[in-house]
Amino acid sequence: MIEFQLSSRSAVSPYQQLVQQVRHALRLRVLRPGDQLPKVKDVVARLAINPNTVLKAYRELEHDGLVAARPGVGTFVVATLPGVSLAALGPLSHELRQWLAKARRAGLDEEGIEALFMTTFRTAPEEDTA
Amino acid sequence: MTTVLSAQDLGRRYGRHRALAGCTLDVPAGQVTGLVGPNGAGKTTLLTIAAGILPPSEGRIEVCGGVPGSGPAQLAKVGFVAQDTPVYAGLTVAEHLRMGARLNPGWDEAMARKRIEHLGLDPAQRAGKLSGGQRAQLALTIAIAKHPELLLLDEPVAALDPLARREFLGDLMQFVAEYGTSVVLSSHLITDLERVCDELVVLVGGQVRLAGEVERLLATHHRLTGPRREAPLPPGQHVVSASHTERQTTLLVRTETPIIDPQWTVDSLGLEDLVLAYLSRPALEVLR
Repeated sequence: MIEFQLSSRSAVSPYQQLVQQVRHALRLRVLRPGDQLPKVKDVVARLAINPNTVLKAYRELEHDGLVAARPGVGTFVVATLPGVSLAALGPLSHELRQWLAKARRAGLDEEGIEALFMTTFRTAPEEDTA
Repeated sequence: MTTVLSAQDLGRRYGRHRALAGCTLDVPAGQVTGLVGPNGAGKTTLLTIAAGILPPSEGRIEVCGGVPGSGPAQLAKVGFVAQDTPVYAGLTVAEHLRMGARLNPGWDEAMARKRIEHLGLDPAQRAGKLSGGQRAQLALTIAIAKHPELLLLDEPVAALDPLARREFLGDLMQFVAEYGTSVVLSSHLITDLERVCDELVVLVGGQVRLAGEVERLLATHHRLTGPRREAPLPPGQHVVSASHTERQTTLLVRTETPIIDPQWTVDSLGLEDLVLAYLSRPALEVLR
């Protein structure tokens, strides 16, 4: 079972935050097929949010084939997402540190680095993974 | 859309003062609707009329398919928690429940008891000795244990500390999740409303200035910043508010279509900024 958190400062809408937290937990194997998601009435009581926000998140996860609702019982994980292996993280974070050092040498400050990262991140096509 | 509350040209005078004037509004059933507006906007008057406590001076109002104040059957359909969550200071918690049971035909004793226990309230305690948060929870218990179709709450969390506020709204949302009850609640705390509401109504000067689904309101409003410009925007983009400096223009725009003009930097808005923009604006907007 996972526990949802909600950040009111995030630009991401509350229902999207819930979706992302489930996807994240699936990638990290905190949630596995067969696990139950928190009951809607428990989530709304703990976070003081509208029930439709939770229902919408669960519907989207169901539509993506990650969870399934069993009427009267709850919502259960039925699939998982490819995880990120820790072995892959080391070299990636090493390269990123090298890149950050280069960016600072080129005269970029934190704001500049963040702006460059976000614009590149948004404009780079996803299929660039070959 | 089924409506649980429908008002046409509703008005209420107190002597020469008009607390509500030409208020037209449809509140969808099965939703949580937030009511915001400056002090004196008519929020309390509207809720009190809907509860059947105060008759309107003009216009029509229908609540749960009936006329407010028309009799016991109508009374049973509506739960009302007035401002400052009043309880009887001299009565104990248990006596409040007994009174609730006597006065309400659909009273759910099991639910009321369970809630009092869950809240950790001592049944023998006099209500006057309860904390603000406990008093609000007792008032909510009585209002929901009658199983109303519509629950009206007038600034229920205004006097509560952050923890009590969160607990109160959490309990309210749990009740909504279990029973699908329609709720209208007024508050000045827009960040709370953003979390708990499906719908939002902005009341100013006794009239509805903006009404619509929270998610849709957020999706259709944008803040545009760019070089100074006074030329009109393309059709379909409505300016809610505008401010100019010598070189820069900032607009708050409502539009159903994406903004593609590269001159503008487009930002999304929080509900609070959105509401504030409408509070300082004269026109009527109803988004459905």
